[in-house]
Amino acid sequence: MSAPLLEARGLCAFYGATQVLFRLDLSVVAGGVTALLGANGAGKTTTLRALCGMVRTTGDIRLGGQPIMGRPIEDIVRLKVAHVPQGRGTFVRQTVAENLQIGAMSRRDHAAIATDLERVYGYFPRLFERRRQQAGTLSGGEQQMLAVGRALMLRPTLMLLDEPSFGLAPRIVAELFEIFRRLNRDEKVSMLIVEQNAALALDLADEAYLIETGRMVMTGAAATLRNNDSIRRSYLGY
Amino acid sequence: MKQDLADKLAVGTTRDQRLGARALFLLSLVVIVGLPFVAKNFLIFQITMAVIYAIAILGLNLLTGFNGQFSLGHSAFFAIGAYTAAILMEHADVAYYWTVPVAGLICLITGFAFGLPALRLEGIYLALATFALAYAMPQLLKWTPLEPWTGGVQGVVIIKPDAPFGLPLNPDQWLYFFTVAIAAVMYLCAVNLVRSRTGRALVAIRDNPIAASAMGINTALYKSLTFGVSALYTGVAGALGAIAVQFVAPDSFTFGLSINLFVGLVVGGVGSIPGTLVGGLFILFVPNVAEEISKGLAGAVGGIILIAVIYLMPTGAAGLVRLIASRFARVIGVLIKPGSQR
Amino acid sequence: MELILHQVLAGLATGAIYACLALAVVMIYQAIDGFNFAQGEMAMFSTFIAWQLIQWGVPYWAAFFATLVVSFMAGIIIERALFAPIHNAPVLSHVVVFIAMFAILNSLAGFIWDYNVKTFPTPFGSRPLLGNGLISSHDGGMIGVTVIMLVLLYLFFRHTRIGLAMRAAAANPESARLAGIRVAWMIALGWGMAAGIGAVAGMLIAPVVFLEPNMMASVLLYGFAAAVLGGLTSPGGAVLGGFIVGVIENLAGTIPYVGGELKLTIALVIIVAVLVVRPGGLLGQRIVNRV
Repeated sequence: MSAPLLEARGLCAFYGATQVLFRLDLSVVAGGVTALLGANGAGKTTTLRALCGMVRTTGDIRLGGQPIMGRPIEDIVRLKVAHVPQGRGTFVRQTVAENLQIGAMSRRDHAAIATDLERVYGYFPRLFERRRQQAGTLSGGEQQMLAVGRALMLRPTLMLLDEPSFGLAPRIVAELFEIFRRLNRDEKVSMLIVEQNAALALDLADEAYLIETGRMVMTGAAATLRNNDSIRRSYLGY
Repeated sequence: MKQDLADKLAVGTTRDQRLGARALFLLSLVVIVGLPFVAKNFLIFQITMAVIYAIAILGLNLLTGFNGQFSLGHSAFFAIGAYTAAILMEHADVAYYWTVPVAGLICLITGFAFGLPALRLEGIYLALATFALAYAMPQLLKWTPLEPWTGGVQGVVIIKPDAPFGLPLNPDQWLYFFTVAIAAVMYLCAVNLVRSRTGRALVAIRDNPIAASAMGINTALYKSLTFGVSALYTGVAGALGAIAVQFVAPDSFTFGLSINLFVGLVVGGVGSIPGTLVGGLFILFVPNVAEEISKGLAGAVGGIILIAVIYLMPTGAAGLVRLIASRFARVIGVLIKPGSQR
Repeated sequence: MELILHQVLAGLATGAIYACLALAVVMIYQAIDGFNFAQGEMAMFSTFIAWQLIQWGVPYWAAFFATLVVSFMAGIIIERALFAPIHNAPVLSHVVVFIAMFAILNSLAGFIWDYNVKTFPTPFGSRPLLGNGLISSHDGGMIGVTVIMLVLLYLFFRHTRIGLAMRAAAANPESARLAGIRVAWMIALGWGMAAGIGAVAGMLIAPVVFLEPNMMASVLLYGFAAAVLGGLTSPGGAVLGGFIVGVIENLAGTIPYVGGELKLTIALVIIVAVLVVRPGGLLGQRIVNRV
């Protein structure tokens, strides 16, 4: 039983005066992939943002045993947590290459950054082809790859992925998830992946959490959830 | 009638606040009517100017507070109103009381005309365009081809009218009542406008222009009209100002005046009609006080006060008064009916 | 013909100043989606500081750079102290604070240095340049300094890491934060640089328009017109707009009755016309507000 890389206990989140997350317990095993599933508006994105310090939260959050509750996103990034947001977050007027350089902005080890750039282009050859193009001219799938690439430029130990399959054609999605598999296996990047496409996520993940209107309703090994017909039908819709 | 007005001013507030407002209103009425008979001429003149500024600020408030559009250029409309009055009186021998509505009408048209292209300009862009307008106006007033009418740099001198019908009032006192009467009319119109369907449309446009448009409100038309009406109010104030000061000159209507109107708006409370009176008093008297504090640093003191207001009490004096009025009425309510809490 | 050429060159010279101010306007616009209405007053105040240093015997270029540094720091401090706290407040609050700053700086300058017009030295002399006296050496100096400054800025933004970080923070603040960029400090840096650029503009134009608290008003307005014309999202456009506006102003100056006297009206017309007809300006991008 590996130690959890990321652990949240009693996590509550608020938008203004409205509470939207109610005492969530969640953990990501070091080297593992955890899926966070749920319907539209269940609070999945909010959970990711709460873990990153982008929303007002109470509760206990620990990264590698160290408490990070209340620290702003800029500090958490420096602890090697990369957040790939919904909608990609592309810097549309900057070039592909500049987008990737921005991803490494918090690092100072210039030689290593150059190596990482090579590695990212290795994972995403299409980005290398388009490296001098304005990022806004890329297709949806390419922009998603760029977003993942930007996150990789941080050399993260943990990646938070918010609906990476959204709006992408199935073939591109398959490519993308294959890359996630490689990253987890070869680079030992731990992942917390939010998805509406439950089948996809459960295929990749080791563990899964199911969230409904801000509350955790189920957790377990991904395989269990995948194979349990009644759970699948009532919660995951297939 | 008085009750209705007090109620109208206070719609949307609690019962306590309305009681407080009513009491305040009656008190003010006594002060307003009695003032010119106990005060010295210069003070009467100053109060008259405060009311004039209040009308101008009311114009700005209709635009910014209720319709959400910005203007840093209302000094231009004040100037247009003032010069209209002066030119009509000096070159066309028009009686002073006709110049006021004419000034208003001209400003309505010019305001509407400026509002039309300005339609495409949101928030900060409109602020920029009106900023330019404020700066362009004094130059325009000095323009040589217009000199026969505007008097160029020297401006135009006019004479303060005497009280009509041989009333035993000196010109300052008469002008005070004249101004207050016009102010009362304009305030009533403003209150009615704001409470009406049109007023609600304006507020809808301010709060969510896209939704308003989707609901079928012709935002373009309303926004231009609001600009026009707002200019009308400020133009009327300008005309009254010209008569009161007996003089118009280009350098009286610089960007500094726009700043003052803006300050009055914020201090009184954006979106508050009664607040404009506080704003008017503020911009008349505070510069004097500021000069007491430190001659020559009046502008700096004004700026600091502005920052303090926006940080500490963004709803301005109106917000403060609402707070006090409800506390005041609550105290009275407790005294009259001990044990009853609201 | 020679008259036209003379006007065009003089226009380019003043256009250089407008380009500087337009650049400062665009930099702040990109950082905060708003206009610093007090930009001119800040530049004016900086110029007064330079003047004071020179009065105390500091040599011109030492005073120039000292003022630049002081203005840079002042810009950062003003942003952190006055504007960062109201970052999320409605636009009205921002406009109010800008106006307040305008009033404070203007009145403070008048109080400290009074309203009498002062002369400001030029390190370039006022000999005629280019033989026929088409432009003066100071005009040449204005263009020269501006060009150098613009090249340095271009290199900074395109080829340094921190320049990229600033561009990222302006383009997409949320994504920038996710990359670990401290957006708040990037905004402050932008303000500092804008203040520095403004100071340069002020020090260059003061010998021409003479130093007094209200000297920057029309210059700022033309700076805004230039920024709008060039496109508020494009620093290159701001520079181009500056030169164009300078030339327009000078050529219009030759039209009897209009030119000399209606300069500010011309600026107003440019601003309104561009915003209505082609809001993106010449080189900028049209900002589409998705419903």
